[in-house]
Amino acid sequence: MATRGFVGRRPSDEIGNRLPPGQYLTEDFPVLSAGPTPHVKIENWSFTIKNGIRPVAKWNWDEFQKLPHVKLTRDIHCVTKWSKFNTAWSGVMIDDILAEAGIEAPTAFTLAHSYDGYTTNIPTADLIGGKAMVATHYEGQPITPDHGGPARLLVPHLYFWKSAKWITGLQFTSRDEAGFWELRGYHMYGDPWREQRFTDD
Amino acid sequence: MDVKAGPQRLVWRNAAVEAIEVLTPRVKSFRLRPEGWTTFTAGQHVDIRLTAEDGYQAQRSYSIGSAPDGSGTIELAIEVMTGGEVSPFFHEIVEIGDDIELRGPIGGHFNWSAEDGGPILLIGGGSGLVPLMSILRHRAAVAPQVPATLIYSARSYEELIWREELLRRRADDPHFRLIIHLSRDAARDGMIAGRIDAESIEEAIETARPLTTYVCGSNPFVSVASDLAVAAGLDPSTIRTERYGG
Ligand SMILES: Cc1cc2nc3c(=O)[nH]c(=O)nc-3n(C[C@H](O)[C@H](O)[C@H](O)COP(=O)(O)OP(=O)(O)OC[C@H]3O[C@@H](n4cnc5c(N)ncnc54)[C@H](O)[C@@H]3O)c2cc1C
Repeated sequence: MATRGFVGRRPSDEIGNRLPPGQYLTEDFPVLSAGPTPHVKIENWSFTIKNGIRPVAKWNWDEFQKLPHVKLTRDIHCVTKWSKFNTAWSGVMIDDILAEAGIEAPTAFTLAHSYDGYTTNIPTADLIGGKAMVATHYEGQPITPDHGGPARLLVPHLYFWKSAKWITGLQFTSRDEAGFWELRGYHMYGDPWREQRFTDD
Repeated sequence: MDVKAGPQRLVWRNAAVEAIEVLTPRVKSFRLRPEGWTTFTAGQHVDIRLTAEDGYQAQRSYSIGSAPDGSGTIELAIEVMTGGEVSPFFHEIVEIGDDIELRGPIGGHFNWSAEDGGPILLIGGGSGLVPLMSILRHRAAVAPQVPATLIYSARSYEELIWREELLRRRADDPHFRLIIHLSRDAARDGMIAGRIDAESIEEAIETARPLTTYVCGSNPFVSVASDLAVAAGLDPSTIRTERYGG
């Protein structure tokens, strides 16, 4: 059903074809967060891999900087409707983190944990195989606190709430356990191309 | 933290526009009657979807400003953004009797209901007042003994949304405190000139330490206000934010 009188500011095909349904392109970099921005000092920062409740590897900031850093430039899509093209990140691929820890992903599900208590669930398959990283830099600069610095998860092919800000660890879980927004009505998987915004979309 | 959004599928519904009101030079309110609407929790929003003749669609989120009141209607308050795609459409084209597609209610975090209790501190900038107004109106109806403070910042006196209602509530409600900042206007009775600052937060929390704080508005406003709230000593885990810039 058409909305009376609505024409819209439609993007060119070139842009439109890169926009998932219901999204619009922004040039700014808006912020989504559930609470205040934590200001995590790198001296206090650490990153832990857990298998269930058991820690299997842990790095402090300096150790983490020594892991291989790569660049990843991707389009990102926020569930609040904005998309941003060609965002340029650098950090450590999850594949390399696991290799460094000397393990293979032990379970099919992962829960990302953040400094502010935020969590989000991602199938492990969506984190490995060159799909995701722990990012420490955005456009060549350290990521600012509002955007998740010192380090955030980057899973660009899913809605951006899955790219947990202020990340402090990944926990492999035996079941798909809902994270913060997933418990509050948002989709368990969150594929923007299938417009999986809310539970059961 | 408690979780309120039930796992039910959110379907698109038609909503008839029943009333339109000019609230400020930049904000209009729209009373909508969504088909098959049941209820919502104060603080939630809806997603609006507009469809052009050729099928092109645009979606945006808008907070509900009315209280959950069993009327089967909801009130949105939309600020016009010059050059924007959706808000100028609402201001220039939408008329009473039109049908608008929406789905919701959405959001299981930026919510308040009576069992959450208080005191509550609400901090809003510009149209960020909208979900806070839903909370205030709901509280006045169901739990007026819960202490509530609103710190509300607008550019000018003319741009204060629901100004008369807020001033009336301040006058009538002994458990409601209102601190108004006019960021680009002169001070006038009981209203402070200039942006929200540490002093106002301290004033707001000295008599009633909030159990929960709700901060809503543009990105920069929410960053500044929530940083001030943390600096004033509030526990970050008790502060909930909603950012309109995304
Ligand atoms: C949870 C949530 C609740 C919200 N609740 C409310 C509410 O209660 N009330 C409210 O008023 N808003 C609310 N918002 C904001 C709302 O969703 C919209 O973002 C806002 O109305 C602007 O939409 P728009 O289509 O008019 O502007 P957009 O088209 O999205 O543009 C936004 C701004 O960017 C500029 N711009 C963007 N693209 C271009 C371009 N190509 N050319 C020129 N300029 C451009 C525009 O000038 C405009 O100022 C909420 C947002 C969220 C996430």
